[in-house]
Amino acid sequence: MTAGATVTGGIGRSSTSPPAGAWAEREGVFGALATVDHKRVGRRFIVTAFGFFACAGILAALMRLQLAFPEQTLLSADKYNQIFTTHGTAMMFLFAVPMGQAVAIYLVPLMIGARNIAFPRMVAYAYWVYLIGGVMLFVALILDIGPDAGWFSYTPLAGPQYGIGKRSDFWAQLITFTELSGLMVAVALITTILKFRAPGMSLDRIPLFVWAMLGTNFMIVFGMPAVMVSSTALIMDRLVGTHFFNPAAGGDSLLWQHLFWFFGHPEVYFIFMPGLGVVSAIVAAFSRRPVFAYPAMVLSLNATAFRAFGLWVHHMFATSIPELGKSFFTAASMVIAIPTAIQIFCWIATIATGRIVLRTPMLYILGFFFILVLGGLTGVMLASVPLDLQIHDTYFVVAHLHYVLIGGMVFPIFGGFFYWFPKFAGRMLDEALGKVTFWLMFVGFNVTFFPMHVLGLAGMPRRVYTYPADMGWGPLNLTATIGAAVLAAGVALFVFNVVRSLLRGEQAPDDPWQADTLEWATSSPPGPGNFAEPPVVGSREPLWSPHGIVGRVRGLSVEVPEVLVTTAIDARPDSRNAMPGPSLMPPIAAVLTSVMLISSIFTPWAVVWGTIPVVIALTIWFWPTKRETEQHIKLEKPP
Amino acid sequence: MTALPQLAGNPMQDALNATGIQAAHVENLWWLMFWVCTAVFVAVMVALLASVARARRAEQRDETRVSAQGERRLTRWVAGALAVSAVLLGVLFFASIFTDRALAQLPLEDALHIEVTGYQWWWEAAYDDPTPSNVFTTANELHIPVGRPVMMTLRASDVIHSLWIPNLAGKKDLIPGRTNTLALRADAPGVYRAQCAEFCGWQHANMALFVVAESPADFARWLDAQRKPAAEPTTDAMRHGRDVFEKGTCAMCHAIKGTSANAARAPDLTHVASRRSLGAGVIPNTAEHRAAWVGNAQAIKPGTNMPPQPLPAADFDALLAYLGSLQ
Repeated sequence: MTAGATVTGGIGRSSTSPPAGAWAEREGVFGALATVDHKRVGRRFIVTAFGFFACAGILAALMRLQLAFPEQTLLSADKYNQIFTTHGTAMMFLFAVPMGQAVAIYLVPLMIGARNIAFPRMVAYAYWVYLIGGVMLFVALILDIGPDAGWFSYTPLAGPQYGIGKRSDFWAQLITFTELSGLMVAVALITTILKFRAPGMSLDRIPLFVWAMLGTNFMIVFGMPAVMVSSTALIMDRLVGTHFFNPAAGGDSLLWQHLFWFFGHPEVYFIFMPGLGVVSAIVAAFSRRPVFAYPAMVLSLNATAFRAFGLWVHHMFATSIPELGKSFFTAASMVIAIPTAIQIFCWIATIATGRIVLRTPMLYILGFFFILVLGGLTGVMLASVPLDLQIHDTYFVVAHLHYVLIGGMVFPIFGGFFYWFPKFAGRMLDEALGKVTFWLMFVGFNVTFFPMHVLGLAGMPRRVYTYPADMGWGPLNLTATIGAAVLAAGVALFVFNVVRSLLRGEQAPDDPWQADTLEWATSSPPGPGNFAEPPVVGSREPLWSPHGIVGRVRGLSVEVPEVLVTTAIDARPDSRNAMPGPSLMPPIAAVLTSVMLISSIFTPWAVVWGTIPVVIALTIWFWPTKRETEQHIKLEKPP
Repeated sequence: MTALPQLAGNPMQDALNATGIQAAHVENLWWLMFWVCTAVFVAVMVALLASVARARRAEQRDETRVSAQGERRLTRWVAGALAVSAVLLGVLFFASIFTDRALAQLPLEDALHIEVTGYQWWWEAAYDDPTPSNVFTTANELHIPVGRPVMMTLRASDVIHSLWIPNLAGKKDLIPGRTNTLALRADAPGVYRAQCAEFCGWQHANMALFVVAESPADFARWLDAQRKPAAEPTTDAMRHGRDVFEKGTCAMCHAIKGTSANAARAPDLTHVASRRSLGAGVIPNTAEHRAAWVGNAQAIKPGTNMPPQPLPAADFDALLAYLGSLQ
């Protein structure tokens, strides 16, 4: 296929409505199930991830109630262990990582001037797999067979001998679901970013948000296989009696920890890097200038992505690893503070020389600075082997990880919701309510988690369902519980704001914030196909620079959904590519895959028999239809 | 940030109240880290607030601020801040390394050697001695002499546990299939509470260990007492109690030195009445609590491997009388 599309002159930030024909999708139930539009899939991914966030948040509230006073009996030990395991698992695997990808599924194609995401059916399939896997975890918890060995499922506690019933199998299989979904979305996003960019958007012109997503998804591609190997080995130990982690049979219980943390530490950065991308987008938009030192920012993001793979042992300082080896990981763990420091200094420099507009999204970013810097500094403390041995596995670490993850991801993402909601929904969120929401969340968060630093130093270990009254940990735990209530009120107010806005919010203009990136150059919300004529980009800030949009892409088919594929580095037009249309096969294949995966918890034979329907579904999915083939042949032009 | 006030008379469990040299090294490192990090945090927040204030003024006056000269000046500021950060990180790194060295240099001549084994959810301690008959086993309570180093060999019998005595030293994991060591020294007498720090299942929260640091003379007395076999019963009730123990289910898991009970799946009860707690710190070791524990430990520590003992009243009372005599 040749580059039949042409790039024409003509300036404009015009947002003429996109072409209906080729990209339009059916309404109704069929349309909803069969959709391959990245905006619809992205939106439901975001809503689902938020739903899991809320469910896991309710579990956190239960834990805080249990710990508000010493020796409470609200939850039994067994219930508490299931709840904290499900809370951690859901927050890490069902909220934090998928939410970053979900936002990227929606925004990345818009930001790079593409009409859809690459492999849209695979992304739709990934969504359904993710949804079913997540629901499975919570159903298991409700049925009192939820996993109870922690979100890290250390062997042998999660192994066949000490992990009773099917609890840890649900955990291991949830990992299969989320890694399947996560890897497929990562491949789609990487391909989209490298091949679907608007002509002229060379690598040194892509928004920092997109750089963050590129780094994140490459990390997912390299990090997820480690947990795939470990969770598969665990489930084989449990189901078919292999002995990967059984020291009595030549296995090794520490092997699990190495494999798990080789994934688990980069995972912190899968979660955190999308947050950095959001911060860059909002800081630029609300400081009215591009982020200072773009090359340094890009290099820092990439340095973080590489370095993140060299720190995993700092989760294992208390095991039997030799001292000299541990020192290297101390150094590595401290050095990773540098690229983050570079970005923080550059953002502050951007604000200092900008013209700040203190709207709700920017407030969340200022909150992010406070929380993340504090969490980063306690991270430097935890990198030190001797100090870590005192505070590892105590409430100090609980405080640290929530400062890093809520500061580094939740606050930027909430800022991002306020920032991009007009684009997602076509309506504005209420600004006054938004400011109240921010302050409730900010104060509630700090009141909840700051006292935990002190609790950890005062000797309170993590993952305890109760503590004796005479330890003196009661008052600070009560403070934390009160803070959690305030934080929950903030999240509830946000949900109220969203519902209110959807019902009777102010209509959003195309570009309510006068921001710099391409998603604001189309209607709110964007129609099918995103752009009437995809832009040709002439600058890093296409909507700010006078030569930002230097032309429009013309000549793509109006009969079938077709995208312009560009070269990876310079984004020169390369070829036209017809995209697959809506199909029911992704949800059908996802249901069949889920049946196979869930049944295999109960019998290994499910892998054998369950694979057959999956293969049939995939065959039907990929079988070319006569109509599609004829259309594609018609579109081909000889060079 | 200060430590929580400790109620008088309660065992201590506090990383910032070091009473041993190892924990003291770490406490010093903590305060260095704390002050350096606090200074950095304050500096970054001041810079952020000053920037916001500046940018608000600019917005109000509608100034355009980006200029080539300004950007060069910014570069210098950012590079300077980065250099300071790198230097401070270097300081903290070397402080950490030197603390590690200091920890490794604890002199271990004439160290007391204790083998600690973690079980779901209790601790076993075997006091080593060159004379085999002097070796004895106890549970959930260690006694150590003040001023003399202690070398602990750490093993796990089932899942991973972690021994953490915050007042004396940092934690170390007990891992099935591996052997770890932990060296420490108590420099002040006292009762220090330790707790399992690695999630180990159902009753992870109730897996405490008391470390009693006492003068060498007191320690020697304790050691002598512990080395002896169990006291001979002095009354008929106690003798009957011993029979119940030896012939009933108790002896299937527990050992009492000097009797035929020598199983090793549960705490050694040779001197059980001399300990301060039952169920690894879950209740105090009084006559009433002992009766409640033996009667139905599941009501006190759900999930523990100690089954309820529905004995006839006469047997039950005799058993408790015997256990109460095991000083």
